[in-house]
Amino acid sequence: MAIQDIISPGFSDPVFQSQAAFRALLTALSEPGTLQSVAADIIPPEGLATATATALLALADYETPVWLPETLRDGPAATWLRFHCGVALVDDPARAAFAVIDGAASEPKLAAFNPGNDQFPDRSTTVIVQVSGLDGGAGFSLSGPGIPGTRRVAPQGLRPGFTDELRQNGALYPLGVDVVLASGEGMIGLPRSTQIEEAR
Amino acid sequence: MTVHQMPADNTKPAYNYAYLDEQTKRMIRRALLKAVAVPGYQVPFGSREMPLARGWGTGGIQITAALIGPADTLKVIDQGADDTTNAVSIRKFFERTADARTSEATEEATIIQTRHRIPEAPLKSGQVMVYQVPMPEPLRKLEPREAETRKMHAWAEYGLMQVKLYESIARFGEVTTTYDYPVMVNGRYVMSPSPIPKFDNPKMHMSPALQLFGAGREKRIYALPPYTSVKSLDFEDHPFRIQSWSQPCGLCGAADSYLDEVVIDDRGGRMFVCSDSHYCETRRAEGHRGAMLGDAAASGLVEETNP
Amino acid sequence: MYVAVKGGEAAILATHDLVAEARRGDPAVPEITVAQIREQQALACARVMNEGSLYDKDLAALALKQSQGDVIEAAFLMRAYRTTLPRFGSSEPLDTAAMAIRRRVSATYKDLPGGQVLGPTYDYTHRLFDFALMEEGREAEPRKASAPLDATMPRVPDILGAEGLMEAEEPPAGDPRPFDLTRDPVSFPADRDVRLQSMARGDEGFLLGLGYSVQRGFGGSHPFVGEVRVGEVAVEFVPEELGFAVDLGEVTLTECQMVNQFQGSKDVPPQFTRGYGLVFGHSERKAMSMSLVDRALKSRDFGEATNYPAQQDEFVLYHADNVEAAGFVEHLKLPHYVDFQGELELIRRIRREREERLAQERGAKEQDTMPEAAE
Repeated sequence: MAIQDIISPGFSDPVFQSQAAFRALLTALSEPGTLQSVAADIIPPEGLATATATALLALADYETPVWLPETLRDGPAATWLRFHCGVALVDDPARAAFAVIDGAASEPKLAAFNPGNDQFPDRSTTVIVQVSGLDGGAGFSLSGPGIPGTRRVAPQGLRPGFTDELRQNGALYPLGVDVVLASGEGMIGLPRSTQIEEAR
Repeated sequence: MTVHQMPADNTKPAYNYAYLDEQTKRMIRRALLKAVAVPGYQVPFGSREMPLARGWGTGGIQITAALIGPADTLKVIDQGADDTTNAVSIRKFFERTADARTSEATEEATIIQTRHRIPEAPLKSGQVMVYQVPMPEPLRKLEPREAETRKMHAWAEYGLMQVKLYESIARFGEVTTTYDYPVMVNGRYVMSPSPIPKFDNPKMHMSPALQLFGAGREKRIYALPPYTSVKSLDFEDHPFRIQSWSQPCGLCGAADSYLDEVVIDDRGGRMFVCSDSHYCETRRAEGHRGAMLGDAAASGLVEETNP
Repeated sequence: MYVAVKGGEAAILATHDLVAEARRGDPAVPEITVAQIREQQALACARVMNEGSLYDKDLAALALKQSQGDVIEAAFLMRAYRTTLPRFGSSEPLDTAAMAIRRRVSATYKDLPGGQVLGPTYDYTHRLFDFALMEEGREAEPRKASAPLDATMPRVPDILGAEGLMEAEEPPAGDPRPFDLTRDPVSFPADRDVRLQSMARGDEGFLLGLGYSVQRGFGGSHPFVGEVRVGEVAVEFVPEELGFAVDLGEVTLTECQMVNQFQGSKDVPPQFTRGYGLVFGHSERKAMSMSLVDRALKSRDFGEATNYPAQQDEFVLYHADNVEAAGFVEHLKLPHYVDFQGELELIRRIRREREERLAQERGAKEQDTMPEAAE
């Protein structure tokens, strides 16, 4: 069986699909809390949302170690990422440039990933948190750069205490991880610069 | 046919869309995402050697190349004008390598690459400003060593900058920095706004547009997300002030724009005209007439065309 | 409606035509060929390959032709092309001990295994014009050596090293792939691999001046030329899929190893220290300058004072790159009238305010000098 038969296809037109995916991510992280979406151009491997897989296709390569949950690390998602992006998968969350976590799972905490250091805060992990929905959940409101006043988000399927983790992450500023919530083709950026105003 | 479409058997090399290879674009895109997450912090990036000279906009060009796609409309300005030689050269580069749709109209552009100015027309949500930056480090003139300035930013040690500004006030009665006037971003990082006149600094504060800064030779990228606090450094007893002129634009009569001084004879004759060429043309098309428009048309400085 | 006169685009295109015309010169004189430049201006080609960071003699010759012999412009052409090339990987480390020697001299030993090989050098030419070169058609007589060179030409620092007198240089733990400053941003303090790469592509004149400054006292080193060697070295590459080394061909290199004094420390007995230079083609001046500055940049590692420019990595690395330096110096030609307008407005206003203040003070003084106002 050819490898293409086992591994679902990635981008059919890498130049323009990467560009479009990047622009959606750029808007997501520069206008935190806004719902951005990627095209449904690819068939993601089992365990990765279309938005997650598209973001990694656009950004990850042999220069960016990726952390996956144990349930995905030995499955088709890992094979798919190695094949399409040439990424190295790492066991230590603190070494990851990108990480994918299940928003409902209790571990690992955001604090397990690399927050950068005070001279190079850019050397931090970007954590893609897969959730069951990007609206209709218990809401909380955001403020900070990219947000005129405040902006509400209401993702579904986040573990209890996740907003506290976000708040603790924001308190590290300018250090901290940058979070992208992903579900289906949608995503919401929550960079470290975003303050969690109140949870409800 | 543009260069990136050239067939492989052509004798000329076929370049990738927007010149940069995809691996390089990914590297720049990752740096840009970190830059928007930490507004005003200078992200080091693996700046590539470009076919245009260092110091001539290679940082801005690399950012634009990483951003641009078929849905974009690109405007390129230098000194506020679309027809300055380097702006023409950079616009042609993207027309050749990325089939870029270009425009001189500020409101039509999705990406505006600029050197030394922010357009006068208010920027909108969804637009991206790309600034060409020669010296990204606002502390460099106070401390030449990168190893030291990096620590100063890490610890938010900006006392030296305050002292420098205050010395200027003690000597001249005001801060004598007229361009590249340092700003405090999101209450955390002191940032160079690039060599725009301080007249343009207030436009950065809470702008609805995304603002990206590229320094190719110095290999740094930084950013201001939309709606980010950008405060020009000042003192309570010496608040920040912008330039003003005693007369309006000689061509369109605008009294609210940054003016260039044009020497018109060798007897001290001067004319002041908008530095933003598109703004000036738009106003004239709307029927605004400056005091010297007739003379300027007669001397060939502007020409009359049929609409 | 009115629009501003637009001449920019047409003017730019005209400069391209004018430069092509200037490049060609008098059409009555035959056009120079790339092969002629490659064969007869080989030292200029070597400099372009070094500063352009690309070993390709034909492209270096083309770059020189296209740039009218402007070496920095030619290096720029090489680099802009180099950036677009795909990366297949890194070669195996070159073995300069196995170099096919064309020239090899040592200043530290009168004689040594393999001997002194003068080879092609301008060192002993008298700098008198050879007016016969004004005419063409003279062929140089190839000279045959009376005996073949020795098969083994040990490197002088290795001879010293065998006695334990030379600073040992071990690869860092794990022998990682060297840093590539054309792909990744440099941070400071910079490691040796970064410094050597930066100098190998750095401006020959800049490094020459810095090396000279070390000799004159702006840096405390006492160098000897342990050895300069010029010749051909094989380049090998191990493709992932094959797993064994494949010969890619050979490159001409110049290597210089300077031997410097070192007092030793409480952990290390007195020994010599090394300054290293390795460059493409026959480029002795560059290799020697590089090895002087390499040793000066080791000052920090040896706990020596770093008071002089040649000892400061930020100073050397940021300013050695002539393509970057030329770009930034020459960008001053670009319009800066928006910023200049800001300065004009400021200086006029400050002068006006000063005049007003002085006039007021004069007025006050005149009041003061009135007899009834005197104290």
